[in-house]
Amino acid sequence: MGPWRALVATPADTALTAVLALLLGWAGWGIFGWAFGRAQWLVVRANAATLMVGRYPEPQQWRLWLLLGMLVSLAGVSWGLLRGRGAWPRNDRLAVAGLGGATLVLPPLLALGAVNQLRLLLLFALLLLLRWALARWSGHPAVLRFASAWGAVWAVAYLGGLWLIAGGLGLPTVRPADWGGWMFTLLITSLTLLLALPLGVLLALGRRSELPLLRWLSVAYIELIRGAPLITLLFLGQNLVGFLVPGGLAPDRVWRAAAVLTGFAAAYLAEAVRGGLTAVPRGQMEAARSLGLSSALTIRHVLLPQALRVALPAMVGQCIALLQDTTLLSIIGLFDLLGTARSVLANPDWLGRYAEVYLVLAVLYWCSCAALSMGSRALEQRLSISRDRATVPPSTPSPTAA
Amino acid sequence: MRRLIQRLLPAVAAAALLPLAGCGGGDTGIGAGRLAAIKARGQLICGVDGKLPGFSYQDQGNYVGIDVDVCRALAAALFNDPNKVEFRELTSSERFTALASGEIDVLSRNTTYTLSRDASGGNGLDFGPTIYFDGQGVMVPRASGITSLKGLAGKTICVENGTTTELNLADRFREQAIPYTPVKYQTGDQTYGAYLQGRCAAVTSDRSQLAAKKTSFPDPEAHVLLPEVLSKEPLGPVTVNNDSALADALRWVVFATMQAEESGITSANLKEKLAFARANPNQADLRRFLGVEGEFGKQLGLPADFVPRVLTAVGNYGEMFERNVGQQSKLKLDRGLNRSYRQGGLIYSPPFR
Amino acid sequence: MSALPWWRDRRRLGWLIQLAVGLVVLLAIALLLGNLERNLTRAGLRLSFTWLNDPAGFDIAETLLPYTAQSSYAMGLLAGFVNTLRVVVVGLVLATVLGVASGAASLSRNPLLAGVMRTYVEVVRNVPLLLQLVFWYFAVFLALPAAAEALRLPGLTLAKSGVFLGPVSLVNGELSGGWRLSLELAALLTGLVVYSGAFIAEVVRGGIISVPRGQWEAAASLGLKPTTTLREVVLPQALRVIVPGLNSQYISLAKNSSLAVAIGYPDLYAVAETTLNQTGRGIEVFLILLTVYLGLDLGISLLMNRLAHLVRIRER
Repeated sequence: MGPWRALVATPADTALTAVLALLLGWAGWGIFGWAFGRAQWLVVRANAATLMVGRYPEPQQWRLWLLLGMLVSLAGVSWGLLRGRGAWPRNDRLAVAGLGGATLVLPPLLALGAVNQLRLLLLFALLLLLRWALARWSGHPAVLRFASAWGAVWAVAYLGGLWLIAGGLGLPTVRPADWGGWMFTLLITSLTLLLALPLGVLLALGRRSELPLLRWLSVAYIELIRGAPLITLLFLGQNLVGFLVPGGLAPDRVWRAAAVLTGFAAAYLAEAVRGGLTAVPRGQMEAARSLGLSSALTIRHVLLPQALRVALPAMVGQCIALLQDTTLLSIIGLFDLLGTARSVLANPDWLGRYAEVYLVLAVLYWCSCAALSMGSRALEQRLSISRDRATVPPSTPSPTAA
Repeated sequence: MRRLIQRLLPAVAAAALLPLAGCGGGDTGIGAGRLAAIKARGQLICGVDGKLPGFSYQDQGNYVGIDVDVCRALAAALFNDPNKVEFRELTSSERFTALASGEIDVLSRNTTYTLSRDASGGNGLDFGPTIYFDGQGVMVPRASGITSLKGLAGKTICVENGTTTELNLADRFREQAIPYTPVKYQTGDQTYGAYLQGRCAAVTSDRSQLAAKKTSFPDPEAHVLLPEVLSKEPLGPVTVNNDSALADALRWVVFATMQAEESGITSANLKEKLAFARANPNQADLRRFLGVEGEFGKQLGLPADFVPRVLTAVGNYGEMFERNVGQQSKLKLDRGLNRSYRQGGLIYSPPFR
Repeated sequence: MSALPWWRDRRRLGWLIQLAVGLVVLLAIALLLGNLERNLTRAGLRLSFTWLNDPAGFDIAETLLPYTAQSSYAMGLLAGFVNTLRVVVVGLVLATVLGVASGAASLSRNPLLAGVMRTYVEVVRNVPLLLQLVFWYFAVFLALPAAAEALRLPGLTLAKSGVFLGPVSLVNGELSGGWRLSLELAALLTGLVVYSGAFIAEVVRGGIISVPRGQWEAAASLGLKPTTTLREVVLPQALRVIVPGLNSQYISLAKNSSLAVAIGYPDLYAVAETTLNQTGRGIEVFLILLTVYLGLDLGISLLMNRLAHLVRIRER
């Protein structure tokens, strides 16, 4: 039965289809009328830069462009390496079409300056070029040598990015209080993730450890954190950390929030990793042990590589949840994307323009989450996980544990 | 691929751990007293609102306002540089814990001086001189036709969470047996946003704040303050309890701006007055005040010339007022109670002797 | 006997590791508590809960308890907790209805219906809940017309002064009658239900898929209608998969209700924040919050475990 036939298979189906089509048409027409009629998109155009980088001082914004260029290059290289020669699967074509469309359409819509439009186009071209070149010569020995240092390159680039954003060492310092917008959201998400991953793996190992004390401590920590709403933990970070450290030593609010998010994400990641650990057959451990490998070596070379592969979809789900959870920082007065948007909307000039701004934010978050799950699916296939697993969509963030 | 993961993991771990190293530093301990710590740090950390025109807000990247000027005055007294201040924006909910936990040195955030906030059994704070004598007011849309508190019976009132305002609101309306519903928001932004969207029939806050916010409304004339004053709201800077060195320094820096107005010293005529004081040994009051003789500064742990430094940086109290909230500002607030006592106001400095 | 050096002796090494970790954890806790004690003493804030009996002094916009500004802080927090419970209980029921309906509908043979439901789930799950809440509150509910031009649907009236269920009448420009929900509560419920509904839909969908196709075919060959098959054959089996999944979704919903503070609804967290502001008792307020939310989670878990037990027993 073809899809069109299914729409009118029985009289009941026909009626349902008709009602739904009417409803959809009505809703679509309403949204269309609003978007091109009553909506005033000037608020987004006028605040595009603020939404992207918050109050980051304008004379220093070239640093962020440089950072973006660096990220784009690395993304292009990684993409090419990941795909290998000649492959442009559907996901890739979709991504190229989406990114290309966005690069061509969005800047004029936002009335960005000619220079910035050109920069974005160049960045897109750079991405494609690197993606193509790396895939084209993916078998070349020089590329292989480079690929083997891939992780180190990313790590160095990440630290360089932090330096570009924060300044110091010759660059003028930009205080965390002035970081904001989309940049801040991405920064805090990535930083938290990097810190939480090793912590989460340790907690998961601890929870399955044969040593009772480690097991109890891990269980207590994981369950306590997972039981509390994130907002109460952020409350702890903002209001009480100052009391828990020697007077005056409390780090900046941004770092305290990052620390809380890290501890929070680690507990959830630990549960994701634990799922992977249970999937590794006991025999693997016993075999490794009987070969005389120490516990540490067994964990590092036998247990973790297998467990992390299995746990990948769940872990990506947690990353997506974490990205969404960063919006809670706006409640404690930090300027993540949502916080920045709310401060923009506090300006009486933009009174009542909530729908326009929040819709743009929703699209941005949605695209990022979708991109994350697309990327994870690609990585998963690349890691050649067994067929039945690869078909499970990894885009399953557990609901934000507020 | 496994090798790739193995190579990746240590790199990721390294990348993850390095930023931590940068997190803790920058602040100095408390121990010997906050004033010493501030001096050692070379910078004052001041908690402000940051979004309240006239009191503290950002103008082209610089903080300005009367609350801000108090911090700048103290920084000028300590370091001879009004810019050696780091401002931290705090919500009304965070401000006291930020102070109590030592995150900020001074809280200068339109904070009302009350017994329970001052008492060591309460919030345990220490208040500096009042820099703005305010009172709580209520603002309504002109079109609503409401002219007194009684007119608000059964209506909804928007109020910011964590302020004395919400307590006064409850008290006044209970006394007069007027039923009402408070809708509370975490920040002033949301409170005024909801009011402007028509969620509430009225919004309540300090009268100065209402006046300040009104100037930024799309149509300021469409809103009107009710005549009733709901409370006394003496606003001033705050320090943590049990640290008199810092509290005294702050107190006398603020008093210096008030004394200067009483003595007719402004940032404009400061140089002449200094020259005059130096040239005339019989002008003892003036000489002591400006630090030409005596050791008032030393007694406070401040430099001898702290008064001229303060006046150069922010001017006297009258200048601060007019520049930030008075006739030279958008707010155009009347000085009212905030006149010098010589003009019948409440601004009065204890003697510098 | 002593051929094994100590660092290769698993048992001894295990004890050593535990000893070291235990010491480090203890030291860290001792250090933190010591700092806490020192800092609190310096600020003159000794740990105590006696202030809970002091009059709170602030009003709460909506409460089911006889709370006034003269009531104690404890009473205020309780009123907040009751408000939280109200949202959680109503939200649970509505989200379950929405989730089960859309989960089942996403498996419909009608591709349009299934597509609409899949889109709903994919859109809602990839947009942060807080963003959805502020959208519902500021962009939708605050944009409602005033009472005089209220939106009237059958049995439902929407205006700036609130959401009214049942018949209402307009008296002196004010709506009265019916059952009134404040805009804050209405927005919070809408946001939570739409969000949790999408996750529950996925749980339900997964549960139904987990039932082998053969069961459907067997039921069909017995001449059962698809709806009967779903109700009598598939759901009872699917429930065993669904109930544990629902458990975690319900706990999430309970925790997510704390986002109410962002849109002005006086739930437990919001009242706790007010209490902190008026008393400066950060540690005590945090401990209360933590205990109550953990208790709430535990309560939901216990109930759901009972339910899981019931589902299992009925199967046998």
